[in-house]
Amino acid sequence: MIEQHTIALAGNPNTGKSTLFNLLTGLKQHTGNWAGKTVDMKAGYFSHKDRKYEIVDLPGTYSLYSNSADEELARNYIIFEKPEITIVVLDATSLERNMNLALQVLEMTGRVIVVMNLMDEADKRGILINEKILMRRLGVPVIKISSRNRTGVDMLLDTIDRMITGEISTEPVTVVYDEETEKKIILLEEKAENIFQGRLPARWVALRLLDGDQRLIEEIEKRFAGRLEDGFAGRASVSTIGRSV
Amino acid sequence: MALQGEQASQRLEDLFKEAGHLSTPGLRDHVVEQLYKKSSELTAAGVTYTKSGHDEHSEKLDRIFTSPVFGFPIMLALLGAVFYLTIAGANVPSAMLADFFSWLEGYIAVGFEKAGSPDWLYGVLVLGFYRGTSWVVSVMLPPMAIFFPVFALLENYGYLPRVAFNMDRLFKVVGAHGKQSLTMAMGFGCNAAAIMSTRIIESPRERMLAILTNNFVPCNGRWGTLIVLASLFMAGSLAGGTQLLAATGVIVGLVLFGIFVTFFVSWLLSKTLLKGVPTHYTLELPPYRKPKVFDVVIRSSINQTLAVLSRAVKIAAPAGVLTWILANVTVGDTSILLHIVQFLDPMGQMLGLDGYILMAFLLGLPANEVVLPILLMGYLSTGAMVDVDGIGGLKQILLDHGWTWVTALNMMLFSLLHYPCGTTMVNIYQETKSVKWTFLSFLIPTVIAIFVTFIVAKAAVFFQLI
Amino acid sequence: MGMAKTISLADGEKGDRIRISKLHIEGVMRRRLLDLGFVPGRIVEVLRKSPLGDPIAFRVSQTCIALRKEESGQIEGELVDS
Ligand SMILES: Nc1nc2c(ncn2[C@@H]2O[C@H](COP(=O)(O)OP(=O)(O)O)[C@@H](O)[C@H]2O)c(=O)[nH]1
Ligand SMILES: [Mg+2]
Repeated sequence: MIEQHTIALAGNPNTGKSTLFNLLTGLKQHTGNWAGKTVDMKAGYFSHKDRKYEIVDLPGTYSLYSNSADEELARNYIIFEKPEITIVVLDATSLERNMNLALQVLEMTGRVIVVMNLMDEADKRGILINEKILMRRLGVPVIKISSRNRTGVDMLLDTIDRMITGEISTEPVTVVYDEETEKKIILLEEKAENIFQGRLPARWVALRLLDGDQRLIEEIEKRFAGRLEDGFAGRASVSTIGRSV
Repeated sequence: MALQGEQASQRLEDLFKEAGHLSTPGLRDHVVEQLYKKSSELTAAGVTYTKSGHDEHSEKLDRIFTSPVFGFPIMLALLGAVFYLTIAGANVPSAMLADFFSWLEGYIAVGFEKAGSPDWLYGVLVLGFYRGTSWVVSVMLPPMAIFFPVFALLENYGYLPRVAFNMDRLFKVVGAHGKQSLTMAMGFGCNAAAIMSTRIIESPRERMLAILTNNFVPCNGRWGTLIVLASLFMAGSLAGGTQLLAATGVIVGLVLFGIFVTFFVSWLLSKTLLKGVPTHYTLELPPYRKPKVFDVVIRSSINQTLAVLSRAVKIAAPAGVLTWILANVTVGDTSILLHIVQFLDPMGQMLGLDGYILMAFLLGLPANEVVLPILLMGYLSTGAMVDVDGIGGLKQILLDHGWTWVTALNMMLFSLLHYPCGTTMVNIYQETKSVKWTFLSFLIPTVIAIFVTFIVAKAAVFFQLI
Repeated sequence: MGMAKTISLADGEKGDRIRISKLHIEGVMRRRLLDLGFVPGRIVEVLRKSPLGDPIAFRVSQTCIALRKEESGQIEGELVDS
């Protein structure tokens, strides 16, 4: 069987995720069963250079701190389903707020491609973006596209491909918080790493726990309850985090 | 191994506990501030604004669409325009599809005869299954193929959030959330899908209000019934062009009444079962963006239309078969169907309807699309879904069974107000995980439907309107 | 010049630019507002009122967000000369 790679699309609402999703998949997509939990997550398929991809259009959210059902869904998908690549779609005309979400995703996984969409609009409004600088500072590929005019999509596909082959490795930026918070993070991070052994990003878990993310605690308990018996280290990890190092 | 597991879960508990101790309430502020600072740094480094960077275009448009003077009239006009397009545009293709299916049926009938099939098989398959399905396709497909794309265009353009912005104050007065207008807009397409879309409302109380009242927006499954009855009985005597306008007027009136009921029920619930102050309101007004017209039209016709249609057909087919069987299996000397009709008739008469109509609504529980075809099957009590000779023949059948304009109006009102379809209720249960609220979502509309039709029936008699 | 005037976002007039100083809101709503960019230290601009007077739309972090009086009245800031 041919291997299928998984990609998730994350981003603020209205950044053109669905437009990009449609562009990539054409009509090869299905909406999760209406009666099911996955209603807001459309999955679709496409191939590029003999590789098959499954791509998921996550609900648009302003953050990934589980303030709402949608945020939780997107968060859980990235953290627990571990797509091989998470594409963060940003609106090039309001990068400040959009970047905020990109930074949150980078705390969760390093396997990220940042896509600046709506470049046609940005051009019109005289917004000049130097993606090289952003790429250097973020430590992941940054690609300018317009999913409306289909520009930059080849570059995106190419980057996806090279990320899968390992040709591109990423070094995601770490947001450093104030001293007090950092001390606490480091304290918890080590313990979290011991327990999860790479299955969850330890720094992120530490930060979320410090923020009192009760829903995450419940989710972890639910997902790992049965698996604790064979010990975390025992299983072949499906983790894709850290693979890029 | 087990020991190791215990240790692991113990360590997990310890981790959570320790985090609990270290956690401070102000932490989130710091974290978000830091993230924003970083974002600012990044954008400052990588982005240059050569103009104001603001979206002047959207601001100009918002001055019109959310203007104190034009805001509301424009909303009403757009609502009317969408319905007019749907009704006017659907007429001809609907008739063409109906003609096509009955032409095809002729050949199918010949085929069955040649094969020497027994009457009952022909009855079940052709008069039940085939006619049920083809009716639903010809009545439902054209309006959907117009409504969904037009609606998707408005949505893609970015107009809908402005509706939520304009209407919010009204929703607030009744204790609901402004985004409820977005979920209601979804409801025009499909209530079952709209229930899922209530997730955009962050606060549980207001979300519940949106779930419980969504049904008062007529979904696509009820369009068929509403449009047919409005054109037949409310505008029947008028000439072509004006007839369409009158039918559209009636539909818009019904929709506005549904919105009024939504407000009323929301208000009532806010004062009783769902007490509380409105909370958590944030609404983004995204820039207006010219949609990719062709893409949006193709995609929404293909995806949404086919999805809803296939669901309708899946239900119409067995419903057709079931109705045919009920009408053709006799107990004593009448068919089961007639037994049911006779049982329901007193209640039906009280509501200005009749036993057939109530039976159709009962059998139509799985999907509203099949209500009208089942009704006609009942009237023609051979149990075959009709192959009516155009829309005029349909009116004759109804008149023959004692219909007046009040019957039509009440059937429309009942359709607008009654319990949600089966799929919608399943979704309500999925989303609320509560038997109580699911039951209430059934009970509240049903009580209102019965009450309103009862009042209308009595008033019509009292004022000697019929 | 002198001391900048402190007002709540709800009291802002169209065109006012306000630097946020304090959010008197707790819980999920506070988090949501922070996520949207209503963060202390940042500047928001009053864009327009809804036809019925409330909610009010603000420009914040290059986007347009509408808030009801209940929330915008709890966000405090200083008027910035433009
Ligand atoms: N001008 C322009 N418009 C776009 C672009 N990508 C998406 N849009 C438009 O932006 C709106 C929102 O897009 P959508 O894909 O629904 O965003 P989503 O909410 O992130 O899924 C739609 O009207 C699209 O047509 C783009 O690259 N350029
Ligand atoms: Mg989308």
